[in-house]
Amino acid sequence: MVAKLGLNGHDRGAKIVARVLKDAGMEVIYTGVRQTPEQVVETAIQEDVDVIGVSILSGAHISLMKKLIENLKDKGVEHIPIFLGGTIPLLDIPEIEKIGVDKVFLPGTSLNEIVKYVYDAALKKRMKIRD
Amino acid sequence: MIEEYIYDYIEKAERNDKRSIGRLLTFLESSPSQAFKVLNIILRNNVGKAHVIGFTGIPGSGKSTLISKLIHHYIKDNYKIAVIAIDPTSPLSRGAFLGDRIRMQEHSLNPNVFIRSVSTRGLKGGLSFAGVAMVELFDYLGYNKILIETVGVGQAETDIMNIAHTVIVATMPGVGDEIQVLKAGVMEIADIYVLNKSDKEESQKTFEYLDFLIESREIGSRIGWKPKLLKTSALMGQGVEELRNSIEEHLDYCTSQGYFDHKINLRRKTLVKLFLEKTLIDKLSEEFEELKSMNVEDFSSQLNILRKKIEYFLREFDKYI
Repeated sequence: MVAKLGLNGHDRGAKIVARVLKDAGMEVIYTGVRQTPEQVVETAIQEDVDVIGVSILSGAHISLMKKLIENLKDKGVEHIPIFLGGTIPLLDIPEIEKIGVDKVFLPGTSLNEIVKYVYDAALKKRMKIRD
Repeated sequence: MIEEYIYDYIEKAERNDKRSIGRLLTFLESSPSQAFKVLNIILRNNVGKAHVIGFTGIPGSGKSTLISKLIHHYIKDNYKIAVIAIDPTSPLSRGAFLGDRIRMQEHSLNPNVFIRSVSTRGLKGGLSFAGVAMVELFDYLGYNKILIETVGVGQAETDIMNIAHTVIVATMPGVGDEIQVLKAGVMEIADIYVLNKSDKEESQKTFEYLDFLIESREIGSRIGWKPKLLKTSALMGQGVEELRNSIEEHLDYCTSQGYFDHKINLRRKTLVKLFLEKTLIDKLSEEFEELKSMNVEDFSSQLNILRKKIEYFLREFDKYI
């Protein structure tokens, strides 16, 4: 699933990532813009997704990701790996990873790298869930 | 027993645990054997109560938005609503971009609404096996209204007739001339035609033309129900209440004619057909990949190779599912 979290409507990047993942043979659910953490988690549950990709360009990535991960834990689906892209400063990465985000992609990341990450993350998640 | 975990999920799903419902839906769209196990349990004692409503029509005619607006009404009626939104699989990459739910996200947190996106995974007809199997699961779980949005491919999309009690075809002003309307098989399958985006300029002309087709019986009726034609502007919320009323009217008609149960029967037969179709096509595609790398030239030997593989597969069918 590719989600736009928070209050900004610029989704070119999210759509490009969604498109590339589709072209790599994946089924991609796109949520559209301005989603709340609760919506993202509920959608992930209903669609039973393998990986969640989040795009944030508003600058509120730390507080939003905190809420998102809290919500995932509340609903018992914290095993779904999350990757984050957008305008994320390099210096914020350690803190974001501490919150529980699996991977952060900075501007300029090659699309191949993202595809490879999602593929591996999905496989890993599918191996894990046997519950 | 390996099936115990499925019973476990079903038990939780019956208590409206969305995570378990989500997992079960995934089983239905994964391997045929996985789907078979779930269906075998849920179809056992299920009499079928849900009203299944199919939405089809050209891309961009506003099907997702119409569904979203209808859900508002159904929520007020205290119904449990499931949406199965089907989008096409790319024939090249076998991936899919599933974007129907963008228009429905406002309902994503409602405990009485469940929305699931599905891709066709190569099956023709716009409806996938998984989509139909999902109808059975939602029906089993006591959902009242099951809305299926199919791939808006236009023509040749008639499987939905076998699945839904009520079929709605959405179109919009200014799309194609009368010839397009006549040749499009999809324009002959609806119980209710919806001219969406009717706030647009050309809408009156398109409306009159469609009206003429229905009045002159060029667009036929089924089981004695004369198709209805409605104008809506989903984005503005116009005409949606009328649509809801027409859908209920059609449901009443179906029930009074004994057509409701007949449809369920037909749907379950279609499910068997689609199950076998999917299993065979999957197998055939697998064998075809092997054939590609084989050094066989002539048509009849190639055909023989594939045919023998399929024959063997059918003989051993029980072991596969």
